[in-house]
Amino acid sequence: MAKITVDGQLLDVPDGQNLLEALLALGMDLPYFCWHPKMGSVGACRQCAVVQYANEEDQRGRIVMSCMTPVAEGTIFSLAGEKASGFRESVVENLMLNHPHDCPVCEEGGECHLQDMTVMTGHRDRNYRYLKTTFTNQYLGPFIGHEMNRCITCYRCVRYYQDYAGGHDLAAFASRDRVFFGRSEDGVLENEFAGNLVEVCPTGVFTDKTLSAHYTRKWDLESAPAICVGCSLGCNVTASERYGELRRIHNRYHGDLNGYFLCDRGRFGWQYVNDDKRLTHCGVRTSTGLYQASQPKTVLSGLKESLGAATSVAGIGSPRASLEANYLLRLLVGPDNFYSGESEANAEINRCALQALRSSIRTPSLTEVEAADVVLILGEDTTDHAPRLALSIRQAAGNAGREMALRAGIPHWQDAAVRKLAQNVHSPVFVLTTYADRLDDIGIPTRLHPDAIAEAGFAIAHTLNDEFPNPTNIPGEIDIGAIAAALSSAKNPLVVTGSSPGSPNIVRAAMNVAAALQRQNPAAGLIICPTGPNSLGTSLLTDRTFPNTTGGVAIVVENDLFENFPGESLQQWQSELDQLITLDSLDNGTCSMAHVVMPATTFADGTGTYVNYEGRAQRSFGAFKPGEDTAPSWQWLLQLCHDQGKALEIKHLDDVLTALANEFPELRGVIDAAPGAGFRDHGQKVSRMTHRASGRTAMLADLSVHEPMQPADTETSLTYSMEGTNASAPAALKSYTWAPGWNSNQSINKFQDEIAGHLRGGDPGILLFGDDQVFAVQTPAEGSPTDSPTIIPRWHIFGSEALTGQGEAIVARSPRPYIQMNSHTAGLLNVAAGQALHSENLADVPSLPVIIDEGTPDNCLVCPVLPGTYSYFHNPGNLKPDASWQPAEPPDLITTDRST
Amino acid sequence: MDRPLTKNIGPGKAPTDLTAYVANEGYEAVRATLGKLSCADVLDLVKDSNLRGRGGAGFPTGMKWSFVPMGETEGHKYLVCNADEMEPGTFKDRLILEYDPHQLIEGMILSAYTINADIGYIFIRAEYHVAAKRLKEAIEEARQAGLLGQNILGSGYNFELFVHSSAGRYICGEETALLNSLEGKRATPRAKPPFPQVSGLWGRPTIVNNVETLCNITHIVAHGADWFKGLGIGDDAGTKLFGASGRVRNPGCWELPMGTPIREILEEYAGGMQPGYELKGFLPGGASTDFLVPEHLDLPMDYDAIMKAGSRMGTGTMIILDDRTCPVAMVRNLEMFFARESCGFCTPCREGLPWIFQILDDIEEGRGQPGDLELLTRQGNFIGAIGNTHCAHAPGAIEPLASAMKYFEADFNRHIEEKACPYDH
Repeated sequence: MAKITVDGQLLDVPDGQNLLEALLALGMDLPYFCWHPKMGSVGACRQCAVVQYANEEDQRGRIVMSCMTPVAEGTIFSLAGEKASGFRESVVENLMLNHPHDCPVCEEGGECHLQDMTVMTGHRDRNYRYLKTTFTNQYLGPFIGHEMNRCITCYRCVRYYQDYAGGHDLAAFASRDRVFFGRSEDGVLENEFAGNLVEVCPTGVFTDKTLSAHYTRKWDLESAPAICVGCSLGCNVTASERYGELRRIHNRYHGDLNGYFLCDRGRFGWQYVNDDKRLTHCGVRTSTGLYQASQPKTVLSGLKESLGAATSVAGIGSPRASLEANYLLRLLVGPDNFYSGESEANAEINRCALQALRSSIRTPSLTEVEAADVVLILGEDTTDHAPRLALSIRQAAGNAGREMALRAGIPHWQDAAVRKLAQNVHSPVFVLTTYADRLDDIGIPTRLHPDAIAEAGFAIAHTLNDEFPNPTNIPGEIDIGAIAAALSSAKNPLVVTGSSPGSPNIVRAAMNVAAALQRQNPAAGLIICPTGPNSLGTSLLTDRTFPNTTGGVAIVVENDLFENFPGESLQQWQSELDQLITLDSLDNGTCSMAHVVMPATTFADGTGTYVNYEGRAQRSFGAFKPGEDTAPSWQWLLQLCHDQGKALEIKHLDDVLTALANEFPELRGVIDAAPGAGFRDHGQKVSRMTHRASGRTAMLADLSVHEPMQPADTETSLTYSMEGTNASAPAALKSYTWAPGWNSNQSINKFQDEIAGHLRGGDPGILLFGDDQVFAVQTPAEGSPTDSPTIIPRWHIFGSEALTGQGEAIVARSPRPYIQMNSHTAGLLNVAAGQALHSENLADVPSLPVIIDEGTPDNCLVCPVLPGTYSYFHNPGNLKPDASWQPAEPPDLITTDRST
Repeated sequence: MDRPLTKNIGPGKAPTDLTAYVANEGYEAVRATLGKLSCADVLDLVKDSNLRGRGGAGFPTGMKWSFVPMGETEGHKYLVCNADEMEPGTFKDRLILEYDPHQLIEGMILSAYTINADIGYIFIRAEYHVAAKRLKEAIEEARQAGLLGQNILGSGYNFELFVHSSAGRYICGEETALLNSLEGKRATPRAKPPFPQVSGLWGRPTIVNNVETLCNITHIVAHGADWFKGLGIGDDAGTKLFGASGRVRNPGCWELPMGTPIREILEEYAGGMQPGYELKGFLPGGASTDFLVPEHLDLPMDYDAIMKAGSRMGTGTMIILDDRTCPVAMVRNLEMFFARESCGFCTPCREGLPWIFQILDDIEEGRGQPGDLELLTRQGNFIGAIGNTHCAHAPGAIEPLASAMKYFEADFNRHIEEKACPYDH
């Protein structure tokens, strides 16, 4: 720590930190633009200027940028003096010369950092009498709008996009007061994390088009602290509603997980919530085969009878349904009749993940990933499967450069200086995948067949420690010794794997590598990414995946079985059932073959608990009251339980969790994942709406002048209104951040224990698992690698996740089905580019156009995971060239989306 | 009088090729040094010579070099010649580059040897295509002669030299913007520290020196530090290329001892003012230095003497303001240039300079308003101090403006009061 003097006040601050960060951490207000807690300092905007005095005798001092000035024992500064504050006022005055006065129609208005900082500096009068500079705006794709006239040229966007996120198609062009931030030509911003520009930009240049389509001011949104259900990482998001529609997803800071940034699937993949395909009414299949909407009461009483009379009832849960829903389903059907609904491979990967979590192998948080200095990725396509993890790995790659900077005496926060010194030096990131990976640019890529990836992993583990078995075959394309040596010499080695290639064998290999490393270095970490947001939670409740019995009644909860099981056998299974009941939010293949369909809520309008990849139980709160006939799955299931005389002691959500914790001691932590419904903050509930919400009482005045009662939330401690607290509420309950003078999300500074650190009172969620179970050495799978072409699932960030893949903006970014292979493999199958393959087994499934890519390993048929390709993974049969195939017409441009 | 820098250059003299250069003691310093003197010996010589950077800032060259890490270092070290001579009114380096390119090459070999750099770049102004061509030819000649490349003259020392033509931005003259530009990145100055000696081109130790500075090294090595110090007639050492432009009888560039009085340069070498024109003021060292006025004519052209008078010697090439040219129009012209050449990185420079130009344009065109001068002063103070901005571009831009407002205040006021420019042009 260092003692510094600021305006005569003695302060203790961490030595070597920059002054801006130190002062913000102390809760002081100092305006800034170009500095970002995760992106460090460059000194471009000059907004955070203070006066530094050489010594006690120095009366004049000199202007310095607090973001560029390290604090040291005895340094003397003035923040409040006229010289400093006058300078900061001039900076805003100059920034405002060309900034349009369009706040009333600007989407950033009300949560604009530029507004906040302008007010903070006290600048008021305009002395500029000339024309403002104007720019053209670009079409940047379906996610992000562009309004360059608002730009204040802080360079945050390009620093984020290029330096932080590794993007290549957004840059600063031109110079002087004509600097333009955009693409070289109109087009979709390619980076998978581009959406963060919306929050990184301190004003309204980059805006969220999915919000713009039905814009609402921040202060009018009704929001809740939700968990992203796009993958297994459990990023914290704020889901915001108005008029019964979800309006947007915003990042919700979590010190261990997503920090300040989300992936674009998480941010823009929510539109299915408002989709036409949402199920809004209970439906019962009639003799005509059509569905008839029915009163919930009628349907429930019908189910009471059929379930009561059924010889057997199977319950198939899901990795995307909450713990509560899965648990109540399990209560309803009994433990022996409860199934996870995952594929066998995924279930095995989940078991592996649980074993690793319970052992002494460390599972780092996403923030801890950023500290890794050697990373080995085995098979997992992080960017497409668990995207936010890829962004953390990219930061880890920068550690070699920060290490160089440290040796050269350059503080890590001197962002430009660190990057200039390091140039293209990266910490090693070994990327062993089957197809090109977005981390290849900073990594050391090797393309291998999934079987060979597993062998490589086992061989690395064996090289690290010969107690771990060697595989029978070791791939020759890769230097096993070099990877083992790099991992051995690392301070914070990290192994990353997951379910995207669908290979439990790869995951077992990764476990061995991590375990072997851990014997050398307790800091070694292992991340296994399952597929669903609650894969681990569900797999804690059962080992079974799918019933092998026939007949009786089956209840499927939030699961489209066609994703994981062959269509033909599902049809067969269904035909033998007496009744198939489905609870889901969106129409899908399983709903289509169900006899009874019940509308379930989504993450946006229902509350539930999820267990992420690190075994963190987190509560996701619904932002708004669901439609009249819609209910969270757990509520439907609780009613069904009650109707069968089961679980009568359970009345509320909190009771479900208590029962769950009692039955599964390992899950005791779920109760504390967030405060229960009885929680009161200073005697009050916590508000979903901001204290500035306007017009609530007028919202429905076009229908009736009588103000309706605000709906009550009996299940949580949140209110569906602006009544209640916010600032003092626990992080797990806070739906938005606001502090006096800080209306943008940058107000999070006021709620962290240190800048970019943990949230005060702890980051949300409870890590469920201990580390006391002994790690069992994994053995390589039997059998020699296949030498005939096999289909390899290829995840796409947009389109492969089934729910988000239904949103309009995501659909616009999703690929069409294809099959990719090298020319050698194509030769084996007698196809060439411009032709297509089809399966003899799948008469009704569209053929796959062939893409030739010489980087693909032999015998790998890389096929995207999309609703149209599921069958190819389950039952490919013999693949033959499709002689009758014709290339499809190119997709229509989204002309309505194009700004002209 | 010794004129080492221009001994091969003069009216009517052809550009020197290798033969002509060698004939006049060329590369003798290199032969006498490589493998014979240690790096530390040469560095001491340069330190002792009191050579100060000729690019404008006047930083002691030996001290600058002494910050380069020596001894066993992995990877390259670089010597970069700043030949991006874009300062308005400045044309001194061009003489050497076009007429005696080997002088620069020899200076660079010796300088690179001193800091143990193995790669050199000459970053040359875009418009200097003749000089770039002659430099490339000269480098090829030197390479053929074993003076560049691997194991130079059997000394075991390796040095490769390349010419890089700028894409044409004034800011590239700022040494760290130059380095960014050389790396193929935006020509934005870097924050200092770290200085280029520690983290320069591609993150490696780098020295950036002006053409004239590097040329002096050859002569210091050849003739010694005392000889060099003896060349100056004032406090500073060596000779300097001085120049004058504007309405003088004989505008041009001359090599004269450091400390030559301004009056001597103007009256003896530039031939005094053209008939019918009086001297009103002058920028002593290029566009980004403060105006001086006739009362300063007897000052010696020494770094510190000019500094004391409130200006900077800069490049030593003067721009003369006569009594029939509007000082407001002249400053407007300069500020238009500086506003246009801002890299756009930091707010005060990017936004502040165009506003200053707009106000000056109003004043010159008769649209000035009461309060404009206060606004100019306020803006000038805002962007004019080193440290307020990311680099020295904006403070340099404010020097001619602030000094013009001080010395020619009446002219500014008349423009606003009379709502027109009182000068006839």
